[in-house]
Amino acid sequence: MQVPAFFEYQRATSVEHVVTLLERFGPEARIVAGGHSLIPMMKLRLAQPELLVDVNDLHELSGISVSEGELRIGALTRHAELLASPVAGEHFPILHDAERVIADPVVRNRGTIGGSVCQADPSEDLSGVFTSLRAVAVVRGTGGDRTVPMREFFHGPYETAVRPAEILVELRVPLRPGAGSAYVKVDRRAGDWAVAAAGAVVSLDADGVVTEVGIGLTAVGDADFTAVEAEDLLRGRVADDDAFAAAGAAAAEHCRPTADQRGPVDYKRHLAGELTVRALRAATARAHRGGFPE
Amino acid sequence: MTGTVEGCAGPGFGSVPRKEDGRFVRGRGRFVDDIALPGMLHGAVLRSPYAHARIRSVDATAAESHPKVRAVITGETLAARGMAWMPTFSHDVAAVLATDKVRYQGQEVAFVVADDRYAARDALALIDVDYEPLPPVADARRSLDEGAPVIRDDIADRTDNHVFDWETGDAGATEALFARAAHVSECDLVYPRVHPAPLETCGTVADFDRISGKLTVHTTAQAPHAHRMLYARIAGIPEHHIRIIAPDIGGGFGNKVGMYPGYLCAVVGSILTGAPVKWVEDRSENLMSTSFARDFHMHGEIAADADGHILALRVSVLADHGAFNATAQPSKFPAGFFGVFTGSYDIAAAHCRVTGVYTNKAPGGVAYACSFRVTEAVYLVERLVDVLARDTGRDPAELRMANLLTPDRFPFRSATGWEYDSGDYPRALRTALDMVGYEEVRAEQKQRRVAFERTGHGPLTGVGMSVFTEAVGAGPRRLMDIMGLGMADGAELRVHPTGPAVLRLSCMSQGQGHETTFAQIVSHELGLPVDAVEVVQGDTDNTPFGLGTYGSRSTPVSGAAASVAAGKVREQARQVAAVMLEVAADDLRWDVGTGGPEGGSFSVKGVPGVSVTLREIAMAAHGGLDLPDGVEGQLAASTVYNPPNLTFPFGAYVCVVDVDPGTGEVDVRRFVAVDDCGVRINPMIVEGQIHGGLADGIGMALMELVAFDDDGNHLSASFMDYLLPTAMECPPWELAATVTPSPHHPLGAKGVGESATVGSPPAVVNAVLDAIGVRHADMPLTPAHVWRALQGRPIRPDIAIR
Ligand SMILES: Cc1cc2nc3c(=O)[nH]c(=O)nc-3n(C[C@H](O)[C@H](O)[C@H](O)COP(=O)(O)OP(=O)(O)OC[C@H]3O[C@@H](n4cnc5c(N)ncnc54)[C@H](O)[C@@H]3O)c2cc1C
Repeated sequence: MQVPAFFEYQRATSVEHVVTLLERFGPEARIVAGGHSLIPMMKLRLAQPELLVDVNDLHELSGISVSEGELRIGALTRHAELLASPVAGEHFPILHDAERVIADPVVRNRGTIGGSVCQADPSEDLSGVFTSLRAVAVVRGTGGDRTVPMREFFHGPYETAVRPAEILVELRVPLRPGAGSAYVKVDRRAGDWAVAAAGAVVSLDADGVVTEVGIGLTAVGDADFTAVEAEDLLRGRVADDDAFAAAGAAAAEHCRPTADQRGPVDYKRHLAGELTVRALRAATARAHRGGFPE
Repeated sequence: MTGTVEGCAGPGFGSVPRKEDGRFVRGRGRFVDDIALPGMLHGAVLRSPYAHARIRSVDATAAESHPKVRAVITGETLAARGMAWMPTFSHDVAAVLATDKVRYQGQEVAFVVADDRYAARDALALIDVDYEPLPPVADARRSLDEGAPVIRDDIADRTDNHVFDWETGDAGATEALFARAAHVSECDLVYPRVHPAPLETCGTVADFDRISGKLTVHTTAQAPHAHRMLYARIAGIPEHHIRIIAPDIGGGFGNKVGMYPGYLCAVVGSILTGAPVKWVEDRSENLMSTSFARDFHMHGEIAADADGHILALRVSVLADHGAFNATAQPSKFPAGFFGVFTGSYDIAAAHCRVTGVYTNKAPGGVAYACSFRVTEAVYLVERLVDVLARDTGRDPAELRMANLLTPDRFPFRSATGWEYDSGDYPRALRTALDMVGYEEVRAEQKQRRVAFERTGHGPLTGVGMSVFTEAVGAGPRRLMDIMGLGMADGAELRVHPTGPAVLRLSCMSQGQGHETTFAQIVSHELGLPVDAVEVVQGDTDNTPFGLGTYGSRSTPVSGAAASVAAGKVREQARQVAAVMLEVAADDLRWDVGTGGPEGGSFSVKGVPGVSVTLREIAMAAHGGLDLPDGVEGQLAASTVYNPPNLTFPFGAYVCVVDVDPGTGEVDVRRFVAVDDCGVRINPMIVEGQIHGGLADGIGMALMELVAFDDDGNHLSASFMDYLLPTAMECPPWELAATVTPSPHHPLGAKGVGESATVGSPPAVVNAVLDAIGVRHADMPLTPAHVWRALQGRPIRPDIAIR
C-alpha cells in the first residue's frame, strides 16, 4: 500500500486561522481541500508537506451565488455542487459541460474548484474554463484580499499566483448576458485527464459579429491556458465556419503540446484546432445575437 | 439472454444467486489485507529505479538503525540461505532480491520488516544502493542485435538475449500450399504488453512458528497446492510443514499464479523475526513488477485460393519475455497454446515459429485470461481473415462462413495437431449476425460513409467480428505439467449424517463463483439443495491436491472431479440403500428429485412407494446398520480427475462502433456475443464471466497498454496511466448461447472464464478498422492511434509515443 511520509495536521477554524498557520509554518505547509490531487502526490511521496491545513470546515469558502454582476464560486465548492448548480449552468453552460467530463462522481463529490485551479496541473479542465471566462481569483493573505485575473493566475505547471501564505477564497466570473459558452474534451476513457480540451465563450452583436470571445485550451502546453491569437482573429468577424476554421488553425499553430502516452505532438496540435472549432461552434449556437437582458 | 439454449437444464443447474455474494455485497469478504495476526509486522520492498544496472553495493545500516525496523533483507541475506534465486515455471531462474544486477525497473532489491507499514516505507529511503547504470534493452526488436547488452550474464556462456526457438505445424506442407495459392495476404501485428491488473493486488501474511516449524502463508494464490510445493523447494521447508491459505481473492486473471519475491521475503522476514509478516503490494508495484501478459510481435501470412478458401497459415513471432523466462504455462509449451492459431477454420496446413527473447522488462507473458496465449492466436487469425477479406474484396462474414469448420468435422484434428472436441461454428456466427441485423448495420454504415464524404463530418460506423475457438481445461497428464506437477485435480466429497455435504476442491475462486457452481454440480448429482453443499477451497491443509484455477480449467478439470466424486458417493449410497431396503443394489433406481433437503432417492424397481432418500441413507451409513463386506459405511469419496483432452469452447462476436474521424474517438455502440461453452451449470455466472471478458476486450482493444521508453522506464505504473475500461465504455451486452456439449466431460461442460477476453479484442479492432477503412493498426486504438492510423502513420504501441 502506498503511504505518505510523516506530516502534521491542523483543522482550520477560519480563513484567518489558515493564513496564520501558513504564515507560521512557511512553505512546507500545504492547504488540503478535497485532497484528490494532493493526497495521491503524498502517497507517491512526490509531495512531502510537513503540515496539512485542512480547510474542509470552512463553509464560508463554499457556495455559488450571483452578486454585483458576477457569478461567485467559493474555493471549497465541490465539483459535484458546480455540476448541480442551476444558476451556474444557466449563465455558463461551459461549467456544466466541463464538470460532466472531469474525473468521475466519486472524485467530483470531494474535489474542489479551488483545489483544481491551485493544483495548476497542465491538464486541469477548469483552468481552461476559467481563462476562457476571464474569471478573477480572489486571494487572501495577512494583508487582506487581492484579485488576480485567471489569465495571470498560472505561473507554469503546478505553480500559481497564490503565494505560500495565501489562500484562494473565490472565483468571480463577470456575467455576460447573451454570451454562449461550451467545453469539449477528448480523453482516452471516461474519467481520464484530457488529451486536449477547449472551452469557448462567445458574445455576438445583432449581425452575428463576434464582439468578445474567450478561448481556453487545456493539456496542449499553453502556460496560461488561453488561445489569445485565435481570440484576436475572431473578434470583429462574423461567427461562421470560415472564421472558426481560422481560429482553430491559429490555436493549433500557437499551442505547444508535448508528446506523451496520450498522444504525439501532431495529434494534440490537430486536436487543439479541431476542438477549438467545435467549442466555438457549440458556444455560438448557444449565444443570443445582440445579447439579451438578464 | 436471447437465442437457443438447449441441454443446460438439469437438476441443480440454473441461474441461482451466488452463495458468496451474501458476504461480498455486505462488504464482509475477507481478503489478505483484512488479516491481522497478533504481533504482525509489515514489509515493504525497495525497487530498482533503473531498467538495467550493476549493483556495486547495498548499504542497509541506516535503515537497520531506524527505531521501528526489525529486519532488512538484501540479496546477500538471501544468498546466504540459498534463496537469492528461484526457479521459474519455464525452465529458468529469476532473482528474488537482486545480487549482481537489476534487470528491469521496479525489480526487487531489498525488503524491510518494520512495526508498521509507514515505518517500513520510510526506511526504504534509508537504504543506500550504489548502481552502475547499464544500457537497457527496451525494444524487443533490438534484443538480438549484434552487440545488444546481454541481460542474463548470470547464466554461464550467455552471449545474447535469445531464450528459445519453437515451432509447430508442417513447414513443408504449408510452403507447398502457399506456392500454389491464388492469393496471399501478409500483416505485421503487435499484441502489446498488457497487465491483468486485478483490483486486489498481490499480498501475503507469512507466519512461521519457530516451535512447531510450521509455516502458514495467507496469500493471494490461484494455485495454493502448487505454491506449497514452490515454498518447499525454494525455502527448504518440508512440504507437510507448509500450509497455504488463500482467503477471498479480489481478481486473479493469472496475476496470482506465480511466485513473487515479496511472498518469499515475507517468509524469510517471519523466520528472521519470529513474528508474522504482512506484505501487500501497491498498485504501482503490481503494474510494474508482477506478471504482465502478451507482448507478441507477430508476422502472419494467409493463403487462399481464387474462391476465397483459406489454404494455409504461416506465422513468425517475436515473444518478449522480459528479464526472466517466467511464463506460467505447462512446461512443454514455450509459446503456451499459441499453436491453436488456425482457429475456427478449415485450414489444411499451418506453420509457426516463435522466438523468445529477454528484454529489460518485468517477466511474465502468460496471464490476463489468455488461456496460455490462445488470446494471441485468436487475435492473429481473426485479424488475418479480415485482412484477407479486405485484400480480396470479400465480406468478412461471408469469408468466415465459407471457411468455418462444419459440425460434421468433429472431433477435428487441426493442422497443428489439436483435437477439437465439439463445435457448431456456423450456427454461432449465423445467430450473431441475425442478432446484430447484419444487413441493416452494413446499410447504415454505407449511409454514414456517404455523409462523411459529403460533409467531412463523422461519425463513421464499423462492424467487426470474430469467430473464436478456445482451448481450455489443462490438461491431460501425459501432455501437460507445471514444474513436473501433472495437471490433474483431486476432489473430496462427504455427506454428513444429517444430509448436507462438504466438497473439498483444489482449485481456488478469484471471483468466478466456485462456491455456487460446484455446489450445483453436487446438487445435480445427489439432489441436495445448493445451500446444503459447503465448498471448501484455498486451504492446503483442508483440500486435496490439484493445480488451481487459471486457464479456464476449474469446471473442465475440478468440475469433472466433483461430478465423479459425487457419482462415487451416489454408488455408495446405492449399496447402503440396498441393505436398508433388503434388495440387490442393481434393483434400485435413482431419482435425483427436486433439490429438496432429502436429496435424491433410491426406489425399488417395479415396487412403487418403496424408497429411501439420500438423507435417510446418510444417517444409516453412519449408524448401526450391518453393512456387507466391501461397503465401508459413511458417505465419502475422493477422486483425481485426469482430463482426457482439453475442452474447446467457442463463440461468434459482432461489434459495432462509431468513430469520430475528427478526433479519433471510438464509441462501442453494440456488442453481440454468442458463446458456446457446452452445458451451462449456472448461466448467470457464465454470463457474468462473459461480461467481464468483453469489458477486458474493450480495454485491450482501445486503451490498455504497458509501454516503455528508451531507458526502459515503465510508462504505465498507475491507473491514471494504465487505463481499465469503465461502464461508460461498455455498451449493453447482447448475449446469446448455443450449447454443444463436450463429449468427454462428465457434465458436457467446457470452460468459459476466458472466452470473452480471448474472443473480443479482434472483434473490436476489426470494427474500428472497418469504420476508418484502414487495413491494419495495432492495439490499443486510443484516439491518438486511430487518428494517426487515419493519417496513414500508425503508432507503434510498445514503445513510448514521441
Ligand atoms: C481519479 C481522478 C481523476 C481526475 N480527473 C480529472 C479530470 O479529468 N480533469 C480535471 O481537471 N481534474 C481531474 N482530477 C483532478 C481533480 O479535479 C482535482 O484533484 C481536484 O479537483 C483538486 O481539488 P481538491 O480539492 O481535491 O484539491 P487538493 O488535492 O486538496 O489540493 C490541490 C492543491 O491545491 C491547493 N489548494 C487547495 N485549495 C486551495 C485554496 N483554497 N487555496 C490555495 N491552495 C489550495 C493544495 O494545497 C494543493 O496544492 C482527477 C482526480 C482524480 C483523483
